[in-house]
Amino acid sequence: MASTAKFWREQESRYNLEGTRCSNCGSFFFPPRSLCPKCRRKGTIVPYKFKGTGEVVTYTTVYQAPRNNNRQTPYTLAIIELDEGTRMLSEVICEPAQISTGMRVRAVFRKLGEEGEKGIIYYGTKFVPA
Amino acid sequence: MREVAIIGVGTTKFGELWEKSFRDIAVEAGLKAIEDAGIGGEEIEALYGGNMSAGRFVEQEHVGALIADYAGLAGFHIPATRVEAACASGGLALHLAVLSVASGWYNTVIAAGVEKMTDVESDVADDLLASSVDRKWEAIYGATLPSLFAQMARIHMGRYHTTSEQMAKVAVKNHANAVHNPYAQYRSKMTLENVLSSPLVADPLHVLDCSSIADGAAAVVLCAAEKARKYTDSPVYVKASAQASDTISLHDRRDITTMDATVFAVKKAYQMASLDPSHIDLAEVHDSYTIAEIIAIEDLRFFKKGEGGIATEEGETEIGGRIPINPSGGLKACGHPLGATGVRQVVEIAQQLRGEAGKRQVPNAELGLTHNIGGTGGTAVVHIFSR
Repeated sequence: MASTAKFWREQESRYNLEGTRCSNCGSFFFPPRSLCPKCRRKGTIVPYKFKGTGEVVTYTTVYQAPRNNNRQTPYTLAIIELDEGTRMLSEVICEPAQISTGMRVRAVFRKLGEEGEKGIIYYGTKFVPA
Repeated sequence: MREVAIIGVGTTKFGELWEKSFRDIAVEAGLKAIEDAGIGGEEIEALYGGNMSAGRFVEQEHVGALIADYAGLAGFHIPATRVEAACASGGLALHLAVLSVASGWYNTVIAAGVEKMTDVESDVADDLLASSVDRKWEAIYGATLPSLFAQMARIHMGRYHTTSEQMAKVAVKNHANAVHNPYAQYRSKMTLENVLSSPLVADPLHVLDCSSIADGAAAVVLCAAEKARKYTDSPVYVKASAQASDTISLHDRRDITTMDATVFAVKKAYQMASLDPSHIDLAEVHDSYTIAEIIAIEDLRFFKKGEGGIATEEGETEIGGRIPINPSGGLKACGHPLGATGVRQVVEIAQQLRGEAGKRQVPNAELGLTHNIGGTGGTAVVHIFSR
């Protein structure tokens, strides 16, 4: 059983889509980064809460997945370009036939999984068609 | 830097080797390579072992020393190093072994790759594959390794009109090649229809678009090129050895249909060898998924970006085609014991360059390339060899 700390320490990012931005060059980061690849040590990283809207860059519907990734198949995954310009991967809750490239989506708060029957349940961001 | 040569190669059969343990297969491959080189074990000065996840597959870490010990070399106290870069661990072990000889630090070394995957349930093995990508920001959201390659395929299909049939053709070709490879896990032909009618794993990829879980090990013995003829009449020379990295996550890539790690590694390799893609006679590339071979043959500049699918369809990558790709059967038909694959590819190229590949021999093979990636392309290792 894993410790709860690894979920707890990511709470802001997982629950509230909090990432970071570099106030030097204006780049946005989700998943959060603590070092700007462009400005490196000249950059200044500050927290940033993303609006949670974006569009589908690419997608797949997963029909076979290992049991411990906590998903009932089929489920649909997408790389989403958030409106601020950074990209993340997440699940899109919709029928497989409903998703398409360029589709607008918005973030929702959902259960991501659990650490076995007695372990903690962890939550985070999934997306739905906007 | 001095030139380096391969003087011996060896591989186990790949597949579900239930009667053999991790250390059994590592030693078997190593001994075959040492016998092939015609040297004594006591001449080996260092060992580099590529392995992705012995800790989780067989609950054993510290496998560098373990392999050296069971190879009977504990009494020689040679440096034995385990190397990890997910599925590129084998290629990377070879890269480090090459550097160690090229630098003059050692004269004769062995590079091995080994993975024992079938001591855990396939479900556990599938989950372990996801540790080669970003566990925290990809896998936690439900990403599996095939689901990420499926998302590459989706864009490739949309942008370049690559088809499911062209991807299936990669599997058909590689299985046809493996019929003649005694070390391959699957030695039976398959048809486009077999691939296309197999269940979807992650749309558009089917089960038969994916390489398989397997056990296996492979090894090569290297020495300074100037001494190679002392051991063998058919040394294989390392013309280039290059490694590059990229973002661990697919969503952070500049272009989801290009692996920049491959692009950068191969650029270095061609420069190092003073060669261009047109000189290469054959290649073993990392076809962990059929779309991965199509992307690889473009990124290695054998074909223009977007033309990998049509080139495959037209037979240009078959033995006898313009540039034979994966004459061994590739990861697809040989099986893909993660850390072993990068070295297994080199064994194939060495056998081809020596003219010992039997019915899968590429005629007049003089220059061969290997391409080994980790995860979705966070690491790429490229080698070029000549006879």
